[in-house]
Amino acid sequence: MPLSPEKKQQLEATLREFVGKPIGPPYQGRDAVNEPMIRQWCDAMGDTNPAYLDPAAAKESVHGGIVAPPTMLQAWTMHGFEMAKGYDEPTNEEQRLHKILSEHGYTGVVGTNTAQGYTRYLRPGDSVSAEIVIESISEEKATALGIGYFIVTRTSFRDQDGEEVGWMTFRVLKYIPAQQPQAAADAPAGQPAVPGRIRAPKGHDNAWWWDRVDEGTFPIQKCNACGTLHHPPRPMCSACRSQDLGWVEASGRGTLHSFTVIRHPQFPGYDFPIVAALVDLEEGTRIVSNVVECPPEDVHIGMALEGFIHEDEDGFKLPLFRPAA
Amino acid sequence: MPTTLKDEAAIVGIGQTRYSKNSGVSELALAVEAVSKAIDDAGIEPSQVDGYCSFTLDTNDEVDIARAVGTGDATFYSRIGYGGGAAIGVMHQAVMALATGQAKYVVVYRALNGRSGQRYSEGVSGDIVTSDLIHWSWYMPWGLMTPASWVAMFTQRYMHETGCKAEDLAEVALATRAHAVKNPAAFFYERPLSMDDYMSARWIAEPLRLYDCCQETDGGVAVVVTTPERARDCKQKPALVRGVAQAFGAEQEQMTSFYNRDIARLPEMELVAKNMWQTADLTPQDMDAAIIYDAFTSIVLFQLEAFGFCGFGEAKDFVKDGALGRDGRLPTNTHGGQLSEAYLHGVNGIAEGTRLIRGTSTSQPAKNDHVLVTAGVGVPTAGMVLGQLD
Repeated sequence: MPLSPEKKQQLEATLREFVGKPIGPPYQGRDAVNEPMIRQWCDAMGDTNPAYLDPAAAKESVHGGIVAPPTMLQAWTMHGFEMAKGYDEPTNEEQRLHKILSEHGYTGVVGTNTAQGYTRYLRPGDSVSAEIVIESISEEKATALGIGYFIVTRTSFRDQDGEEVGWMTFRVLKYIPAQQPQAAADAPAGQPAVPGRIRAPKGHDNAWWWDRVDEGTFPIQKCNACGTLHHPPRPMCSACRSQDLGWVEASGRGTLHSFTVIRHPQFPGYDFPIVAALVDLEEGTRIVSNVVECPPEDVHIGMALEGFIHEDEDGFKLPLFRPAA
Repeated sequence: MPTTLKDEAAIVGIGQTRYSKNSGVSELALAVEAVSKAIDDAGIEPSQVDGYCSFTLDTNDEVDIARAVGTGDATFYSRIGYGGGAAIGVMHQAVMALATGQAKYVVVYRALNGRSGQRYSEGVSGDIVTSDLIHWSWYMPWGLMTPASWVAMFTQRYMHETGCKAEDLAEVALATRAHAVKNPAAFFYERPLSMDDYMSARWIAEPLRLYDCCQETDGGVAVVVTTPERARDCKQKPALVRGVAQAFGAEQEQMTSFYNRDIARLPEMELVAKNMWQTADLTPQDMDAAIIYDAFTSIVLFQLEAFGFCGFGEAKDFVKDGALGRDGRLPTNTHGGQLSEAYLHGVNGIAEGTRLIRGTSTSQPAKNDHVLVTAGVGVPTAGMVLGQLD
């Protein structure tokens, strides 16, 4: 149950007191920057950059010697296995904040995103400390997981001289878990568990179109009585009211009438961003499809396109367009 | 002489729930709260209500509301389809029912948990086979599943043809937000928006950014409509419906009328405008303010042109220099609109249009003889002019 307005006001006043506070004193990394840890990181990541691994090559590089991969920043100040242990009493302000929220029903926690910035490369011998500040707490938000608060912490990483060498922001959602929808049924044998794009349900007025596409052709509905072309297909020719309807194969040649680059929200089963396109076919009808094999920034109204029948990994076929050769 | 819809009805009561992102109550509870408040605002008894009208999308049955609020016998009820296109369609129904004597007091309502419940931004889905699923199937496989993506397709073409820029869309977002900042009922009350905020917000479906898109809201809103004679006996100053019209056009689809030769115009809204102005015997120049359906910023520009406030492609110039602000040439969406007050499928706009006529908007322009109120765009739709009763 959501909190009463009064309780929520009290909670939010308490939350506001945390903003801007360090969670505790700076934490000094247990080991100085060192080559064995760099090697292990590179092994795990599959990174073969000689500036991290090969002293001779590194000496010849702009760095003049081995440097640590910038993305290792946080690794130098991690607490080791103790991080994974639970706690009965909070040992820092961040844990105290989380405990207060949990006690108010916001028991869920999920990391949502993180960002890092690097001021300089770290070298073996550098000694790194981390100070974490609670940077912001959002207003209450409704999310797919449930209502909750986004908490952003900012870590400042400093070297032995107290100079900032990099930073990291980390955002978590503390939330009241919503009732989860039932898990989707297991995919039938032989079907991929990963969802594909949503297929068109087939009815009397459109199944024939998709059947032609499945056969590898790109159909346009044609009235057998008067010859008018229609898309999307309809059960009667609006030009002559005949219901004797057939089809012709499209050449696939067309020009782009309009488009949108869809970036949010990102549905499962589709590759984002999607360039959704409205294409004028040379036959005179217009169709919605996607422009592929072209960076979104190069897509423009009026560009010449060629259509082709694409097949997804799960066997679904549909016409798509690419820039004309 | 057939009955026209000129000066046949007036809005006499408005009621709304708190607008939130998580109401914590059922949609029916929101509906009955809004309806009950509208009845009280009108100063009538529940038993006097004898008509209901809402959206086909609304999950709250008239009979369930009637039993909860304690209204009695009803002689008129109807539903209008096509999402936000129904916003003024429901008024069109109410006015027709009143003009033809089918009812004496009609309640128009819309209530939804649009944020904590089913969200429109989650897109149409192929899970449930319905009669219009075949329609959506010409879009879903290619990823066009949300209102933003459908409207983006029109907007891109419109910008291409008219030279309209992101900064011009931003004018609508910023002007609307400036109104919301003054409205305590608005989600963005006291939270201004800058051009930097607008430009740096994430893309949703290019060319639409986050603040080109309306919110998703939990809430309910209702109005009571009656005949002009009865309106004089009600508690509040009435908002007379000077004219109302409904239309859809040739080759119309629901949100995806992509196949007309010219997709940068709104033929259905031009038809609404023509008939509405003719019925009301008024012109765009007579309007002192406007509530223009704003699910997205670009559709406000389209409608300024469709209703004749300016010519095709000129809306980008029309909105400049604070034109949509309280002291501008057409104070628009003075409640903050659906972009910045709440997304109640346009029915919160009917309530605001009524407040403008009463003189009680939180962004009240000096002159308030006539207010245009419009419904959704890209769908079968409607529009009306509100004015003073006496």
